[in-house]
Amino acid sequence: MNFKLVIWRQHGPDEEGSFETHEVAGIDPDASFLEMLDQLNARLGREKRPSIAFDSDCREGICGACSLVIDGTPHGPQQVTSCQTYMRDFVDGATIKVEPYRSNVLPVIRDLVVDRSALDRVIEAGGFISTTTGPQPNPNAMPIAPKVQEQAMDAAVCIGCGACVAACPNGSAVLFTGAKVTHLNLLPQGQPEREDRAFNMVNQMDEEGFGGCTNFGECSRACPQEISLDVIGMLNREYRKGAAAQRPKHRSEMIAQ
Amino acid sequence: MWRSTIGKKTIVAVTGTILIAYLVLHMVGNLNSLFGPGGGEPRIDWYAEWLRTFGEPLIPYAGVVWAVRAILLGAIVVHIVAVVQLRTRNRAARPAEFPARRIGRSWEARLMMVSGVLLVAFIVFHLLQFTTLTIDVTPLEAGALYANLYNAFQEWYLVAIYLAALVFLGSHLRHAVWSLCQTLGLDSPERNAGIRMGANVLTLVIVLGFALVPILFFTGALGEPPADELSASLTTLGGGS
Repeated sequence: MNFKLVIWRQHGPDEEGSFETHEVAGIDPDASFLEMLDQLNARLGREKRPSIAFDSDCREGICGACSLVIDGTPHGPQQVTSCQTYMRDFVDGATIKVEPYRSNVLPVIRDLVVDRSALDRVIEAGGFISTTTGPQPNPNAMPIAPKVQEQAMDAAVCIGCGACVAACPNGSAVLFTGAKVTHLNLLPQGQPEREDRAFNMVNQMDEEGFGGCTNFGECSRACPQEISLDVIGMLNREYRKGAAAQRPKHRSEMIAQ
Repeated sequence: MWRSTIGKKTIVAVTGTILIAYLVLHMVGNLNSLFGPGGGEPRIDWYAEWLRTFGEPLIPYAGVVWAVRAILLGAIVVHIVAVVQLRTRNRAARPAEFPARRIGRSWEARLMMVSGVLLVAFIVFHLLQFTTLTIDVTPLEAGALYANLYNAFQEWYLVAIYLAALVFLGSHLRHAVWSLCQTLGLDSPERNAGIRMGANVLTLVIVLGFALVPILFFTGALGEPPADELSASLTTLGGGS
């Protein structure tokens, strides 16, 4: 298969970027999008031209490192990660536009690589879970209802790729933060820090400069892990509880006049 | 709450709920005009007077009306200020020059800002016309609500303005009602279909309820006002010119 690629090139974080056109030929339809870029990079290497920088790690759709915007859609048209997007899903001879995520909070480092440490700082703000050390606990000592477990795991599948931020017209990270909060706040292990977790994560999210949610729902449509919008409702509830819990927990003392 | 995005959104949702609750009351109140001229004293005139004498002598004349006005003004100001601040934040979070392809965002959601601004403009117009009686392109007289409505809605352009405003209102509400449930954390996958349907039904009821009044006056289904009201308003017109 042959393609014409319009690719974003940018040397560094503070430099101006622009689109560059490359032609690729003889691509196997079963090659992934990243493998196609690998072939292009190999050719650029042979031609002694700078290769195109892009993120990738596991290449099996579970790490969330690949973060391309293909034809205006984060990860690509199939709602799966870029590494799981295959060239057979494109029309032979098509012109494909490849960009980095566009968010002021996730700045471009080089070409198609963006700095997603803001998302890590949001997770970090969530803090730890309290756990006892010592002998391994009895597995049946912590019962979890199947429905709760299912809901928590549906949120836990978030790979933190940031496609939700890239898809959101407001550059909001509430789907991501909501998934993290839903995952930990539903499970018994997450209960002791439940209120502070939601409160601190939302504050960190705001501090990073992510936008607010206007319930467009585009994040969920772009999410390769199909995180449901209800994690945002959960985040809203948990944040309010968390904000209320920030008031002093002790009753104040009554003093006779 | 005001400082965080989620807290501010909650405040937008709560003030929005206050405004929607008022819309329902206003719509139901308006339906009093469907009782027609009522031979001498139209029911809508009686209703307006009842609103003002409500709770007397415990509450002063028009006390309830002014209290409601104060609540509404507060709600709408907070609603707008919060939305403008959130909007500024959202704009700053994304580089404007690279619009991504939009995936399945509803038209109502996309037009919230436009419909909101148009609604504010309409509210100002509406108050100037029927509350302060400033925009008197048709004869208007204090207290003669039925005659005022009848005269105003004989003009096609006024009917068109009111119906157009209802289109914006419907567009705004269809996204707003579901959206506030989501923001307040009431929505869940089990309830989603019901809440979406509820938002559509509430929007439709409010819009149709409001639309009935201008349409029925314009089509002549609601008859002329009682003679004394009509003559009074004609005299006002004569005196004014």
